[in-house]
Amino acid sequence: MRFRIIVLAKQVPDTRNVGKDAMKADGTVNRAALPAIFNPEDLHALEQALSIKDKIPYAEVILLTMGPTRAAEIIREAMYRGADHGFLITDRKFAGSDTLATSYALSLAVKKLAPYHLVISGRQAIDGDTAQVGPQTAEKLGIPQITYAEEILSLDAKKIIVKRRLERGVEVVNSTLPALITVHNSAPPCRQRIGKLLMKYKHARTVTELQNETKDYTELYNERPYLLIEEWSAEDLKADTLNLGLSGSPTKVKKIENVVFQHKESKILSNSDKDIEKLMQTLISSHIIG
Amino acid sequence: MNNIFVYCEVTEERSIADVSLELLSKGRKLADDLKVKLEAVVMGHKVTKLEALLYPFGVDVIHYADDEKLFPYTTLPHTAVIIELFKKEQPGIVLFGATSIGRDLAPRVASALRCGLTADCTSLEIGDHFDNKTQTEYKNLLYQIRPAFGGNIIATIINPETRPQMATVREGVMKKEVYSVKYKGKLNKIDAKSILKDDDFAVTIIERHLEKSKIDIKNAQVVIAGGYGVGSKENFQLLFDLAEVLGAQVGASRAAVDAGFAEHERQVGQTGVTVRPKLYIACGISGAVQHRAGMDQSAQIISINTDINAPISHIADYTITGNVADVIPRMIKYYKKNSK
Repeated sequence: MRFRIIVLAKQVPDTRNVGKDAMKADGTVNRAALPAIFNPEDLHALEQALSIKDKIPYAEVILLTMGPTRAAEIIREAMYRGADHGFLITDRKFAGSDTLATSYALSLAVKKLAPYHLVISGRQAIDGDTAQVGPQTAEKLGIPQITYAEEILSLDAKKIIVKRRLERGVEVVNSTLPALITVHNSAPPCRQRIGKLLMKYKHARTVTELQNETKDYTELYNERPYLLIEEWSAEDLKADTLNLGLSGSPTKVKKIENVVFQHKESKILSNSDKDIEKLMQTLISSHIIG
Repeated sequence: MNNIFVYCEVTEERSIADVSLELLSKGRKLADDLKVKLEAVVMGHKVTKLEALLYPFGVDVIHYADDEKLFPYTTLPHTAVIIELFKKEQPGIVLFGATSIGRDLAPRVASALRCGLTADCTSLEIGDHFDNKTQTEYKNLLYQIRPAFGGNIIATIINPETRPQMATVREGVMKKEVYSVKYKGKLNKIDAKSILKDDDFAVTIIERHLEKSKIDIKNAQVVIAGGYGVGSKENFQLLFDLAEVLGAQVGASRAAVDAGFAEHERQVGQTGVTVRPKLYIACGISGAVQHRAGMDQSAQIISINTDINAPISHIADYTITGNVADVIPRMIKYYKKNSK
């Protein structure tokens, strides 16, 4: 039997590089100005999976993501780095999902891939920073969770030993398998793309992507079926629609406020010696420092 | 029914974590607003002076599960006990510290109870809601307020239908305040053994190395914080030089931590520490809302930045237009010259 590792990943807007053009004149977020990227900690998670595959030849790595058609980009990216294949969970019915509804959909897809041994994801995604989807998916699957993993110390068919990075130190735990692991950003970064794999998978497409292609690739896909990335809808997952999207999300956004700065009267100083000395004198005389 | 529960974390010293005491303080205020009780949940083993410590925060009931298998914390046993308790007690609101433990436990509990959870709230309020679609009026909901989407927006999240309404809050965000030294509640002992099953021990701890954090920026009177604009780890050393002269602590923005300029323990902001010093010197920090959430209550703020229009200047008392590497050595020089 193959040792099946499922990596959960998310395509996110790159909120770390919010430039001046990220906000529109009316104060709303200009999503088009933010590039979509592979969530950074999910890349750390992928690396953990790939390094297991380096050691266990019968291991296979499957990337699972939920999102719009465009999210297939991160499945290809994972394949270029060594993942065996991927599945895209995509359906309008998933729109507006909070972490609970997301974990419900992900858990159904993971179950569809059973038997599996390990589920690995990043600790959190940079667009929400909630760190909730990992533990919630583990709960829905009824398997143990090991959060903030930094290193997998040992692994066999039945158990795993993991070093966790906590706020004030480290903890080494032993868990039965299957288990879900969330990976901390102190774990090693992901390997780069491999040229050979880039050539092999550059034409990998989902059905929806193929429909938008101008050229007819039918023959290529008949010859190389591994190039087809499967898409799963809510129906494919036999999902209860009440648990999906907005209706499956107990949290609702009541209000969104654009950040409004409360202007203080800021004294503008130059970087001249005179200004800096005067400031230090003021701070000392008002007993703020010294 | 519908009371406010706070999950109280047990520390290495077998006491209750500061963040939990802060949440009890906030929980007491919310309980007064709603005219409900405040209840604490403690799971551990041989926790010292529990009642004497917690009642003064206005705790009406302490639910205490004392079992050697509940300390140190592991996910599944704590989840099992808490779910059993919540099914019986039906809390209206539950608060967790946004710590390694709280962020591991709260989502697992929320998933099992199918209720809403909001991470890293910077403010909690009680308010009403009218749903236009269903024409339904909801009274006294918990407003869970947090920055979102890279800090460009502040979102107010509610859970109209599901209970409990759950939220996590970082250490230092709420103020620790004793309610009344004479306050007395009652103790409800939970028999964990009757709840826990073998499956709950699928994960076992082999080794632990926990240290008390040596970095204490939360209680510092003066914080000198650096951002990505500091430019390098070498330039960051200048902040430490100034900190040494002023008796200050060094903080950092998330961007600086991500760039490897400073340790994570130094991170100030929504996903780091919240500070309220007498003086906050922001060096090369643009001032994203998540960062400001962790420092905007500082008594005095000085910003050193090459960009005079950086958002930080809107909350700074003084803005020095210039380069950190150029300005800080002269701050040290003129401090030494002018102090006795």
